[in-house]
Amino acid sequence: MAEIDTSGGGHKKGPGVKKGKKLSTRVDLTPMVDLGFLLITFFVFTTTMAQSTAMNMNEPKDSDDPEKIMKVKNSGAMTILLGKQDQVYYYYGQLDPATLSEQWKTTDYKEIRQLIVDKKKSTPIDDLMFIIKSDKESTFKNAIDILDEMSISAVPPGHYAEVDITPAEEEMIRQTELANGIQ
Amino acid sequence: MPKVKLPRKSTNVDMTAMCDVAFLLLTFFILATKQKPAEVLAVQTPSSISAKAAPDKSILITLTADGRAFLTLGDETKKKEILENINLTKQMGLSPEEINKWNKQEFIGLPLSQIKGYINSSNPIQPAQMPGIPIKDTLNNEMVDWIRSVSNVYAGSDQTALQQMLLVKGDNAVLYPLFKNIKQAFKKNEIYKFRIVTNGEAIPIGSEVFNESIKS
Repeated sequence: MAEIDTSGGGHKKGPGVKKGKKLSTRVDLTPMVDLGFLLITFFVFTTTMAQSTAMNMNEPKDSDDPEKIMKVKNSGAMTILLGKQDQVYYYYGQLDPATLSEQWKTTDYKEIRQLIVDKKKSTPIDDLMFIIKSDKESTFKNAIDILDEMSISAVPPGHYAEVDITPAEEEMIRQTELANGIQ
Repeated sequence: MPKVKLPRKSTNVDMTAMCDVAFLLLTFFILATKQKPAEVLAVQTPSSISAKAAPDKSILITLTADGRAFLTLGDETKKKEILENINLTKQMGLSPEEINKWNKQEFIGLPLSQIKGYINSSNPIQPAQMPGIPIKDTLNNEMVDWIRSVSNVYAGSDQTALQQMLLVKGDNAVLYPLFKNIKQAFKKNEIYKFRIVTNGEAIPIGSEVFNESIKS
């Protein structure tokens, strides 16, 4: 096992020479066992952690038929716009040129959660609709994060949708970025 | 009464056997865990609270940070059929031998027009250097053709199983319009459900979903 034969070969020393005392080569293996199990634990933990997950995406069917386009109540709609540099803009109802500056608000991904929850609580569930619009300079991460926010806040499916941004909103984002100094 | 003298035994246990077991297990785990295929394309995925594990066998679209799109056909049984299908529908004029050779490549990251040259090249470019499948232009979105071939090949089989397999893996920094073009590629082929590869993330404490999960 852990011992090695140390008796030496056939080389014999003279009669007057004393033989050195045979030392045991037994090594205490306890630390080595410790190390072994430590490594096992380490590998077992790290391998399970690295698993990536998959998030479901459901896309609506595009329809040109105006009859089929979903109508949303102004009182129940909240439009969330994703801009560059992780900026989020939002407004309630429909964008009205007269009250534009009061409607248009800026926030970020930390605060949007509370806003979503507040809107969800204050609106009858049948009227509730979150409209998500991504600017061309927002990132994939932004688009996934906001969908994740919807599931974090338990917004039922069918009460949020991704919609194409309008030129007027793009213009509004540009102006806000300019005013806020977002590069 | 004479006491029975119990021989004193040493409490030293021979650790050799235990040591053997430990290292045997260690070797087993290291060898048995499936090695993550070397990340040819480095992608930092966004995180989500979804807890569903991403399937191993998948049709994966990878979007790298610099905006290139790659396709990986992970279902080996259907891969060749898909390649044959796109060869036919896009009239690429590849011979069966060329398709066999192409079938061995893991990543598809070239415009269809460059495939023939790539297969016959004596010194083919590495996946990391490929220009990616053209998706930037909505009029020339080759991902649409790829998805069409995929859906053609899977037409007879279970559609829910196909939807489970369709994965999009994008880098955090990818700009939204590219992702939109990918979504368009699915939609044009009447596929409305697919999945996004994300990093698992804990559900934030105090959120609605968290409260619901406690109740149930």
